[in-house]
Amino acid sequence: MDTDSRARSGAPPTTGDEAEVDVATAAPQRHPWRWVAGAVILVLLAQLGHLLVTNHNFEWGVVFSWFNAQSVGRGIVTTLELTVIAMVIGIALGVVLAVGRLSHNPLLRAVCGAYVWFFRGTPVLVQLIFWFNLSALLPRLSVGVPFGPEFVHWNTNALITPMLAAILGLGLNEGAYMAEIVRGGLLSVDSGQTEAAQALGMGRTRTLFKVVLPQAMRFIVPPTGNQVINMVKATSLVSVIALSDLLYTVQAVYNRTFQTIPLLVVACLWYLIITSVLYVGQYFVERYYSRGATRHTPPSFFEFLKIKRKPEVAP
Amino acid sequence: MTGTPLLRARNVRKRFGHTEVLKGVDLDVYPGEVVVLLGPSGSGKSTFLRSVNMLESIDGGAITVAGELVGYERRGSRLHKLPDRKVARARRHVGMVFQHFNLFPHRTVLGNVVEAPIGVLREPRAEVTDRARELLAKVGLADKADAYPRQLSGGQQQRVAIARALAMRPRLMLFDEPTSALDPELVGEVLGTMRDLAAEGLTMLVVTHEVAFAREVADRVVFLDGGVVVESGAPADVLDNPSNPRTRAFLSRFLAA
Ligand SMILES: Nc1ncnc2c1ncn2[C@@H]1O[C@H](COP(=O)(O)OP(=O)(O)O)[C@@H](O)[C@H]1O
Ligand SMILES: [Mg+2]
Repeated sequence: MDTDSRARSGAPPTTGDEAEVDVATAAPQRHPWRWVAGAVILVLLAQLGHLLVTNHNFEWGVVFSWFNAQSVGRGIVTTLELTVIAMVIGIALGVVLAVGRLSHNPLLRAVCGAYVWFFRGTPVLVQLIFWFNLSALLPRLSVGVPFGPEFVHWNTNALITPMLAAILGLGLNEGAYMAEIVRGGLLSVDSGQTEAAQALGMGRTRTLFKVVLPQAMRFIVPPTGNQVINMVKATSLVSVIALSDLLYTVQAVYNRTFQTIPLLVVACLWYLIITSVLYVGQYFVERYYSRGATRHTPPSFFEFLKIKRKPEVAP
Repeated sequence: MTGTPLLRARNVRKRFGHTEVLKGVDLDVYPGEVVVLLGPSGSGKSTFLRSVNMLESIDGGAITVAGELVGYERRGSRLHKLPDRKVARARRHVGMVFQHFNLFPHRTVLGNVVEAPIGVLREPRAEVTDRARELLAKVGLADKADAYPRQLSGGQQQRVAIARALAMRPRLMLFDEPTSALDPELVGEVLGTMRDLAAEGLTMLVVTHEVAFAREVADRVVFLDGGVVVESGAPADVLDNPSNPRTRAFLSRFLAA
């Protein structure tokens, strides 16, 4: 190409001959620092492995003998039960509070706002202990006409078991955090969606559950996954009210046997296993709620498995 | 035109804060008529259209659709604002197409079209699905029923939005600049669909800047400016021979562009 034609075509001047240039022949990019970082990490891992194997204080034999113990299993069940119940209450309450905070009714907005303010503003540990000791404040609970006759009443001490106190403490606290997460999700849905639904004659409730909430889920699920994982670990707080969850169970054992480190290792391993399973679950929930969000249809769980099994065929 | 108007607006007023956007709009749309609403940006065209569908509440005057007062009911000697549930009921008879389509992105094309007839009108799913497929065929998208809206072009999305509104069998269709968000080469397909609907006798009130469409399809062109109707008449009269200086100024800017 001569200078004239280059000027005419508007191409910038180059030194080589463009006809022979093909980026496909370019040298692969080198990443020397990745190799350095890799070497450093390898050394650190080796040190960690060495520590785990050679330090006898881990008492791996004890870890393995307690790992499958029945009492630990019962603790895990309690931890999982508590996580599920507290999260279900938290999510349901969160949706109600979020809708309340976005409602047109100023009284409802204020009440829901005050709830969130109070439960987020006080430590959950204090709330747990408070529910556990509710009888100190209200020895009798009753249902009846306000300031009038009672229909039924209970002895608070008998009613509030450690499990109920734990569910109330963790669930009601979680509701306040979930409310903010759900509210953020609802606000991130374009108002045109609500208008389109209304224009089709859909009522408020139907618009919320069929149009706004499903789209908000894309923004709600990731932080909720975080909350679930936090909840798994937060349930360990209930050991202060003598509820036999995973942590309380291993504590009870090492208080007897003084094998503190290996039993804490048992608990940590189980917490890691539970949170890992949840992590995978979250991946698929996210995948489900992202359908339609991009130009590519995300594969369903079964399609995903198929893709993994079949090698990709070049087009 | 004779008979009773399907849409009747009298002295409609609306203010946002201190700015009065609609200052007494009078407008009638008769059954089977296509009325194109023209006007400069900010003249209140969208506000008026949204008022007809109760997406905005008006501050004065009255709008009736098919003889029913929009947004209010008469109890005794006084007017009372309709509760949400009745507002939702009344909206079933009026379809609306938005500038930005507002399709439900989490539902397939078919899901978008069947949602309201099944959920709101409580019609049987099989029947609604058949009707939805017919409507999609009519707007030329029979093969896209299972696609998600974001997998479609803007023109295709707007045609789905039209099918979705039609699935409710509205008596009146409102279009708010249905082609303004589209690439120029996609405008034609949407206007083509609207032209077909007009030919079938659907009653339509259309806000658009497509003067050629107005000239060809509209029975009447209404020019809105400064919150009032300044001119109204047959397309040929209003577009080619405007009597109002503001209409003339607007059109000269538009036809020159
Ligand atoms: N929700 C609102 N709050 C305040 N002002 C608004 C609102 N909606 C519209 N307006 C104002 O009302 C005027 C008319 O708007 P609109 O009806 O959208 O005009 P058009 O559709 O003719 O361009 C504009 O000045 C706009 O800024
Ligand atoms: Mg507008």
